[in-house]
Amino acid sequence: MSDNIVEINNLSFGYKGRLLHKGINMSFPRGKVVAIMGGSGSGKTTLLRLIGGQLKPVKGEVKVDGAVVHEQGREGLFNLRRKMGMLFQFGALFTDLSVYENVAFPIREHTDLPESMIRDFVMLKLNAVGLRGAHNLMPTELSGGMARRVALARAVALDPQIIMYDEPFAGLDPISMGVVCNLIRRLNDALGATSIVVTHDVHETFSFVDYVYFVSQGVVVAEGTPDELRKSDMPFVHQFVHGEADGPVPFHYPASDYKLEMLRG
Amino acid sequence: MFSSLKSVIAKIGHNFIEGVWHLGAGGRLFFYILVYLGESIRRPSLIVREIYATGVLSLLIILVSAFFVGMVLGLQGYNTLQKYGSSEAIGVLVALSLVRELGPVVTALLFAGRAGTAITAEIGLMRATEQLSAMEMMAVSPVGRVLAPRFLAGVISMPILAALFSMIGVLGGYFVAVPLIGVDSGAFWSQMQASVDFREDIVNGVIKSVVFGIVCTMIALFEGYDAPPTAEGVSRATTRTVVYSSLAVLGLDFILTAFMIKV
Repeated sequence: MSDNIVEINNLSFGYKGRLLHKGINMSFPRGKVVAIMGGSGSGKTTLLRLIGGQLKPVKGEVKVDGAVVHEQGREGLFNLRRKMGMLFQFGALFTDLSVYENVAFPIREHTDLPESMIRDFVMLKLNAVGLRGAHNLMPTELSGGMARRVALARAVALDPQIIMYDEPFAGLDPISMGVVCNLIRRLNDALGATSIVVTHDVHETFSFVDYVYFVSQGVVVAEGTPDELRKSDMPFVHQFVHGEADGPVPFHYPASDYKLEMLRG
Repeated sequence: MFSSLKSVIAKIGHNFIEGVWHLGAGGRLFFYILVYLGESIRRPSLIVREIYATGVLSLLIILVSAFFVGMVLGLQGYNTLQKYGSSEAIGVLVALSLVRELGPVVTALLFAGRAGTAITAEIGLMRATEQLSAMEMMAVSPVGRVLAPRFLAGVISMPILAALFSMIGVLGGYFVAVPLIGVDSGAFWSQMQASVDFREDIVNGVIKSVVFGIVCTMIALFEGYDAPPTAEGVSRATTRTVVYSSLAVLGLDFILTAFMIKV
């Protein structure tokens, strides 16, 4: 058994002839929390979709537990996905189901457990995210942070080996952000899973992840532990970690000379 | 001049290719839904839930419309028939108009406006809010879990709604013809019974409503599933559901009638 549960080898992917990823290599060791960071539009979420088999690469491959994802048929892909849990950016809770039914959904779909056991599992997961008392609420009655935590409970309902998080901190207040950081780490360690966190929130992420990949313009521009990256003198990493407006990632969208344009009228 | 002509031809060609592509994508989705029908039938609770959403919640608009349509038929029919001294045949006219044509067609048009738009908007929003992607990532097929039960519910609901439409329409016609105008009640019912044929009229009406059920539900499902994940995309898809369903129902009604009627 390989030490890496997910491996991305020489991966290229693009839409309509424009390459978004150009030969990306990454590995995600079992039991670790790994972050993929980069600016908006750098293709971080697309990487999660490639790992989940919702998209097919143009070149290269993604291996999950030794199986090449894009070579799988429908059954094979569904078998791989049963090893994964994914937290979507805004939770993607089923709005016609209650909190309880949302968490019970994957259990009902993939097991024939009796109702009493399903209830125990659901309450266990909701308790882990601190929302056992909210099991009767509908998704529309939840705040953004609560919805994210319910989605997290649903993502880990079947104790997956890989948990993927798409922008788990987007739009959260500092308290909710701290709660979610803590939950990601705690759940990962309790389940013995591997977590892949796609985000651009540097400070929160550096506080709990084991390893970080920086993606920009389709390639991995830097990688290392949070401590190594904090000390890095690479211009891109420095700009990103310190939130500087200008640098290797330009502030201005490419345009003609400003002075000339103003003079032309 | 030449370039504008070229752009018009290019636009026509583009729309044609787009149309063919949509037809192909719709056909492929229909095939997938058929593949998942067996799985859906094994989970009747999902179908019952959707029959409630599409069928039961459409009942009010269908029944109220049916009563008014029946009353108008009664008035118009009496107005014409009395000129020929055959006002007792009003029951036949109302029943045949409803069972053969108005029942299936008006029900399908109302269904497209009430249930079809609801299906499109719901599925379009499920896609926009990544609920369908979440399902896929949980190794659950959205076609089997979301689309197939709705398809079955639509196909089951439509003939029942059409039958109820015809029934309430006949009562509407009776209400105008007998208590209000004074046509003989016995003549109203007996002529109707004698002239409405089970095979030729009722079964053909049911066949029409089943076909309309398949077409209207399929259009609603495809438009929702194919909608761009934006507010504008869902809104346009909902409009397309009504437009395409209405055109398809009216066009198919002519084709089916041409096959069914003995001239």
